[in-house]
Amino acid sequence: MSDILEALEKIVGKDWASNHQEERYFYGRDPGLMTPHEADYVVMPATTDEVQQIVKLANKEKVAIVPKGAGLALTGLVVPLKGGIVMDTKRMDRILEVNEKARYAVVEAGVTQGALRDYLNKHHPDLRHSVPEAPPITTIAANVVIHGQGRLTNQYGFNSDMVNGLEVVLPTGDICKIGSCSIGPYWFSKGAPLPDLSGLFLGWLGTTGVITKVGLKLYPKKKIKDLEILVTDKEDLVPDIIYKLTHTEMIEDLAIWAQERPLMFRGNYHINIFLTADSEGELEMKRKMVYDSVQEYVDSKDAGFMTINLDMRRDFMDNPQKSMTAFADVRRGGGFEYAGPIIPLELYPECARKVAELAIKHRVVYGGSGRVIHGGHCMMFSFAYTFNRADLDEMGRARAALHEAAEFVADKGGLLWKPNVDEQKIMMERMDPNTLKLMADVKKLLDPNGIMNPGNWEVR
Amino acid sequence: MAQDYAGQIHRCFRCGYCKFPNDYSSFNCPAYRRFRFDTYSTSGRLWLTYAWLKGEIDWSEHLAEILYTCTMCKNCTEHCPMKFAADIVDWIVGARSDMVEKGKIPPRVAHFFEAVYGYGNPYKLLRDDRAAWANGTKIYAPGDEYLLYVGCLGSYDENAQKMARSVVELLNTAGVSFGILGSDEECCGNEVYLLGEMGLFQTLAEKNIKKFRELGIKKIITICPHGYNVLKNRYPALGADFEIYHYTQLLNDLVQKKKIKPLRRNDKVTYHDPCFLGRYNNLYEEPRQVLQYIPGLTLVEMEKNRADSFCCGGGSGNFIMDLLAGGKESPARVRVREAYATGADTLAVACPSCLVMFTDAVKGEELDGKLAVKDIGQIVTESLSAKKD
Repeated sequence: MSDILEALEKIVGKDWASNHQEERYFYGRDPGLMTPHEADYVVMPATTDEVQQIVKLANKEKVAIVPKGAGLALTGLVVPLKGGIVMDTKRMDRILEVNEKARYAVVEAGVTQGALRDYLNKHHPDLRHSVPEAPPITTIAANVVIHGQGRLTNQYGFNSDMVNGLEVVLPTGDICKIGSCSIGPYWFSKGAPLPDLSGLFLGWLGTTGVITKVGLKLYPKKKIKDLEILVTDKEDLVPDIIYKLTHTEMIEDLAIWAQERPLMFRGNYHINIFLTADSEGELEMKRKMVYDSVQEYVDSKDAGFMTINLDMRRDFMDNPQKSMTAFADVRRGGGFEYAGPIIPLELYPECARKVAELAIKHRVVYGGSGRVIHGGHCMMFSFAYTFNRADLDEMGRARAALHEAAEFVADKGGLLWKPNVDEQKIMMERMDPNTLKLMADVKKLLDPNGIMNPGNWEVR
Repeated sequence: MAQDYAGQIHRCFRCGYCKFPNDYSSFNCPAYRRFRFDTYSTSGRLWLTYAWLKGEIDWSEHLAEILYTCTMCKNCTEHCPMKFAADIVDWIVGARSDMVEKGKIPPRVAHFFEAVYGYGNPYKLLRDDRAAWANGTKIYAPGDEYLLYVGCLGSYDENAQKMARSVVELLNTAGVSFGILGSDEECCGNEVYLLGEMGLFQTLAEKNIKKFRELGIKKIITICPHGYNVLKNRYPALGADFEIYHYTQLLNDLVQKKKIKPLRRNDKVTYHDPCFLGRYNNLYEEPRQVLQYIPGLTLVEMEKNRADSFCCGGGSGNFIMDLLAGGKESPARVRVREAYATGADTLAVACPSCLVMFTDAVKGEELDGKLAVKDIGQIVTESLSAKKD
C-alpha cells in the first residue's frame, strides 16, 4: 500500500498525497446520512496530466478512484464505498477562458461556484452563471455531474443543460474532449450537431471518468433584481399557480418552500418569484404580468403576496443563499439531508403532504422546498430532514424518512436526484431492463476494470 | 473557557463558508490555503476532534499538527452561517486544552510553553535583556498616566523592536506620560491561552494583573494587538479592570489633536488589518485614520480588507513555531503578493507579528526594494522628519 502512496507522491508531489488516518477519515464521509467508508489515499492533482497518471496507476493497481469536488451532495456520492483513492480536485482551480460574445466560460474541475461568481462579477459584470444555492465551495464540475440546479434553472434548465463541452480523463487514462472543443478551439457546444457524448458522463456520478475541464454557458446579468413571495395555504393550488406564473415567461427563478419552523410558516406554501430587469420600467412590466397571472387566486383569497422584511429579502436574494445552510443546525446538531426527486408539477401536492407526514411519523423536523425547472417542465422537490449528528437514534429516523420518501416518489414516477446508493437501487429496480442493460454496457465499455467510483450505478 | 466544547463540536455541517472571504474570490483560511486538504480547514479540525473524542480515530502527531496549524484568525467565525459561529475559537482552544492536559501536543508547541514558563517569553531569551531595545525609555512609576506594555515580540525581535522604539518616540513627541516595565515585563499569555495551556495562562495573567495593581496602573497601551486582545478580553475574567488601548488608537487621538504633526510623504500605502485588532476587536478605522492624516500619503486597499483580511499566518504562536511552514503558498507570502498587486510601495502593519512575518515574506517573494513593510508608528515617525514639498 505504501508503494501506491509513493507513486502518488511522485505524480503530484509529497505535499499533495496522504494516507494519514485523518485524511482517510475525513474524506471517508460527507455531512449526510450515508454510512462512511474510509479512503485508503487522498490525492490532490493540479493538472489533467496528473489526473491521467493517477488513473493509469489506479488501473495498474486495480484501485478505486473517487473524484471529489466539495462533497456536499449530502448523499454519499464521494464516499469511497470500496476504499481506494479519493481525488480532491480543488487544486485544479484555474478559470481558463471567458468568451464574452459567445457567453461561455471554460474552467478546470476544481473551480468553485464562488470563485466563478466572483470572477465574473469583477471581470465580466454583464455575465453570470447559474449559481446553485449550495455553499460556494461546491465545484462547477461536480454540480454538472449531478445535474445540479441554480438560480437560472427556471429559465434555462438543469445546470448540466448549460454545459458547453467537457474534457474528461477516461477510466482507461485516455484524455477525451467532448463537443466543439474536440474539433477546434471553441467551447460553444457540448454536442449538437455532433452526437452528444456528454451524456456518457453527466449524471454518472463519476463512474465513467474524471471530468477535468468544463465549458459552461453564461447568461446576461441584469442590473436590477427583485423578489415577490406569493403565499397560499392550499398545496393543491400550487401546480396551477406555477403553471400560470411560468406562462408569463418573465420569471428568473421560481422556488417553493414550506417548513414547520418557525411556527408561523407552518401550513403555508411560499412561492418565491425572482425577477430581474435592466430598467425600472422593465421590472414594473414584469411585476405587473406576474400580478395579473395570479390575480384570480388573490381575489379569491386563496393566495396573497407576502410582506418581506429586509432581513428575509436579503437572505433570499443572496445567491448562494447562505441562510439555507443554517437549516443544518435547527436541531443544534449539524446535520440535514434531503431526497430531491425531480417530479412533474402535478405531483407537488402529494409530495408536500408526504414530507410533513413522514416528519410526524419519524419524529424529525422537515423542510420541503422545490425549484421549478425550465419553465415548469418539471421541478425538484426536496424532502429535507434535519438531524442531530450526536443522536444516532434521530439519524436513523431521518434515514428511514428519506428512504420512505424515495420509495414514495419512485412509485409515483419521479426521478431521484443525486441519488445515494440506496436510491440508485430503488430506481434501477424500477427501470426498464433494456435501459438498465444499456447502462451496464456503457459502464463496462468505458471502465473495464471497474475502478471509477465503484458501488455507484452498479448494475447487478 | 469553553471546556464544554465536546458537547457542541458535532454541530459543524462542514459547509465550507469558513474557508472564504465575503466575495468567495479565494480561500481565506490560512491553514487551508496553505495545505489544501479539507482536514486543515475549520470543519476538518472540528470533525476530527469530534472523531477523536468519540474514539473513532487515535491521537497522532498529524492530528495535533492539524489542530495547531490554525492561526486563530477568526475568518471562520466571521463567515460561518451558523448560530455557534462565535464559539468556534473557544471550541478549538478547548480541544487544544485537552491535548495539553494529556501531554499530546506537537514538539514545537511544547517548546513554546517551556520557553514562556522558564523565561517569560517564547524565544528563551534572558529576562534581563527584555528591555535591551529601550535605550533608556522611562520605567513606569506611580503617577504616570499609561503603562506601555511592549510584549515579547517588541522586546526581543529585531524588527519589532524598531516598532517599539517608534511608538516610544511618538509618545514622547506628544508629551504623553508613560513608562515601560522593562525587565519586569512578562509574556501577556495571549498565545499561551490560544494554544490551550490554561494553567500557564492563568499564572501569567494573575502575575501581570498583580504587578499592574501594585504599581497603581490604570491605563495600558499595547504595541501588539495580541496583547491588546488578551488584556482587554481575557484578563477581566481574572479580576482586571484596566483601560486598554492599542497604540494606533492613542496615535489617532494624538494626531487628531495635533499633538503629533506628520509632514508630507508621497508614499502609496496599503494597510493590513491584523486579526487581533480587526476581527477580534472591531478596530478597523483608527489605523487607517492615522495614515490618512499624513499629507501626501495615498492609502490603497487590498481586495481583502477589514473583516476579510487574510491572516499573515503568525497567529497562535506561529510567528515563532511556524507550523504553517514557508513556501510560496504560505499565508504571509500570499498576502505580500496581494499587497504588491495594489501598486503600493509600503505595506503598513499595526502588529509586530505581522511585521515579522511579512518582512520575511518580502524576501521570499524577492520584493526587497519594491515593497517596504513598516508599522504605522514607523511611518508616522518617519513623517515627522520628512521634508516639506
